[in-house]
Amino acid sequence: MTVQLDARPPAAPATGPRRRSTGRLSRLDTRYSPYLYIAPFFLLFAVFGAYPLVYTFWVSLHDWDLLGTDHPFVGAENYTRLLADADFWHALVNTMGIFVISTVPQLLAALWLANLLNRGLRGRTGWRMAVLVPNVTSTAAVAIVFGVLFGREFGMINWMLDLVGVDAIEWKSNRLASWVAISTMVDWRWTGYNALILLAAMQAIPRDLYEAAAIDGAGRARQFWSVTVPMLKPTILFCTIIATIGGLQLFTEPRMFNSGTNPIRGGPLRESQTLTMYMFENAFAPHYNFGYGSAVAWLLFALIAVVAAVNVLVLRRLGGSRPGARKGVTR
Amino acid sequence: MAVFPRRRLAAVALVAATALLVTAGCGGGDDAEGDGPITLTVDVFGQFGYEQLYQDYMAANPGVKIVERGTGTNLDEYSPKLTQWLAAGRGAGDVVAIEEGLMVEYKANPNNFVNLLDHGAADLKGNFLEWKWNAGLTADGKQLIGLGTDVGGIAMCYRKDLFEKAGLPTEREAVSKLWPTWQDYIATGEKFVAAKTGASFLDAATNTFNTILLQTAGNTTGYSYYDTSDNLVVDSNPAIRQAWDTTMDIVDSGLSGKYGSWSEEWVSAFKQSKFATIACPAWMTGVIESNAGTGAQGKWDIAKVPGNGGNWGGSHLAVPKQSKHQAEAIELAKFLTSAKGQIGAFKAKGPLPSSPQALDDPAISGATNTYFSGAPIGSIFGAGAKSLKPVYMGPKNQAVRTEVENAVRTVELGQRSPAQGWTDAVTNAKKAAAK
Repeated sequence: MTVQLDARPPAAPATGPRRRSTGRLSRLDTRYSPYLYIAPFFLLFAVFGAYPLVYTFWVSLHDWDLLGTDHPFVGAENYTRLLADADFWHALVNTMGIFVISTVPQLLAALWLANLLNRGLRGRTGWRMAVLVPNVTSTAAVAIVFGVLFGREFGMINWMLDLVGVDAIEWKSNRLASWVAISTMVDWRWTGYNALILLAAMQAIPRDLYEAAAIDGAGRARQFWSVTVPMLKPTILFCTIIATIGGLQLFTEPRMFNSGTNPIRGGPLRESQTLTMYMFENAFAPHYNFGYGSAVAWLLFALIAVVAAVNVLVLRRLGGSRPGARKGVTR
Repeated sequence: MAVFPRRRLAAVALVAATALLVTAGCGGGDDAEGDGPITLTVDVFGQFGYEQLYQDYMAANPGVKIVERGTGTNLDEYSPKLTQWLAAGRGAGDVVAIEEGLMVEYKANPNNFVNLLDHGAADLKGNFLEWKWNAGLTADGKQLIGLGTDVGGIAMCYRKDLFEKAGLPTEREAVSKLWPTWQDYIATGEKFVAAKTGASFLDAATNTFNTILLQTAGNTTGYSYYDTSDNLVVDSNPAIRQAWDTTMDIVDSGLSGKYGSWSEEWVSAFKQSKFATIACPAWMTGVIESNAGTGAQGKWDIAKVPGNGGNWGGSHLAVPKQSKHQAEAIELAKFLTSAKGQIGAFKAKGPLPSSPQALDDPAISGATNTYFSGAPIGSIFGAGAKSLKPVYMGPKNQAVRTEVENAVRTVELGQRSPAQGWTDAVTNAKKAAAK
């Protein structure tokens, strides 16, 4: 056999005495086996992705007590009630707030970190591995540790603030403070991950672009903003969308951050309750209203789609507003 | 060359088979027990104190191996899991604990559980306090969902060392005399705070609120958030308002350390001796011991609760229909809830028996607890237990209670005024009840 490229039909089978029978089989093989090869993903997606999605939608149209046996059809009632539910909008604002104050600094820090890692450091591989360590630790463990760090009375953060004369901050019962605390957890965990992805993309940028820029008199900062960042745009877009999906589905960090009775509320006034927590609160304890919880899940799905689309548009527009820089680079 | 297509076909078949296996894989995993001992899983929360009883039971029944899950978890973590297991039809233990406040919700869907009356449980009726037995029955009285474990007779646990620091009496009789009423308790607390020991007088206002509510409700209406016809009465039941107002007085006097119950801070506060008293239903003694640790042994003691006794908490053991070893699970549940089982649990972790025979047993009535400075826990908790008046819990008790507790907490943390807090409590409770 000679070199065979992927995504091409295999070479025609050799002729021989048994040509007829094997030929037909191999024609079938040629035609259908690629579908079989890619089938596992779609089978898995159908079972674990599409089916739950459709089923959740079906549940959301019913008055569905988790333990009950009767599930009367109520149409869009769960949705109309949800849209008039102040706690839902409150959770939405929390989610968006935590998302924004975690994602923006996170991606900027990742970009900066990737740029540092891209230089000729000693022990480069070690450093690169090290930034991924936070990502490998268990989310729950991280959340518990941070929850303790941000404790009102026994927490280390307040203790350190006290050393410099700042009054203790109510990290858990102040809405904005709880958002910040949770964002630090998210950032701590995901900055390194994004940095590695950005680093991989950075390394694919041709060296001669930098050489050309240097000859044109661009300094390091100018090279970074005019060469690196525009060339990374597709990767930044990818990171943003992944961060959007993760950020809007934030659950473990705020859930573990709030301990005590009914932590799923995210504090007595729902200070840090995200949409997924609100979904859980309704679908499971203490309400066990599966239909209502499913409606929250579907609105969350819609929200993620909208925010991801907005991200794409905004980032495209950002690129489009600086055509000079971009063209200069890619040519 | 001729081999090649066949090899590819084999590959195709392999891929297809793998896909099928992977997708079907999550369906398997049932424990196919052979001749070996069957494993019974027991799901609990908090501290049930069954460890030694399991050993005894396994020694007497070599065919049974017992695994316990959930010790130390709080009810808010435990109950959603149990509900999901029941709803999913798999995952629940063979014997599961059900707390009194959630019993009503589970009773509404009795099909999830084995009817213990079909398995000879009717003969056991005399082994339980009457109201405890009835709490395990469905509304029509035809199905027994759970056998009673403990009841929650209430006392007041306190730190002797902190009382001494504050110049208060430390001996339990004298301490009990400090607070015949809750107002006296507040007055004592104010003295304690004035002494500046560095600790608060009590852990969290919610614990005190629940205690006063269940105590007042038990002594007056007999119900709390719902009346016995299942109407939500948050704003009209005087017991709730009275508990609220007393709790607000406590908050007002700055007695609370504001350590949210069951939170990490609460546990830390136990360890660091940050508060002097905590309202303790019998089952709480085990929680205190595990939170405060052996270092605090002998520093705790138990006095009478202000007001007139009361009942907070207590559970039942039920057998889900999904259990694969129902017969064995029923036997185990009967054993654990027998007088002997209840005495064993009491000795281990302090949950007060719901069996009159056990309550009369010298092992209980004469019991003392070395961790609590040798306090006669048997007589303290057991004294009122037989005359306890049960408090009726309505269908959405847990959800409503959560809302009212959260309102207490917002006032305690200074996020709401008492008046705003009360409005929140009523509004949110109604909303929760409607969900």
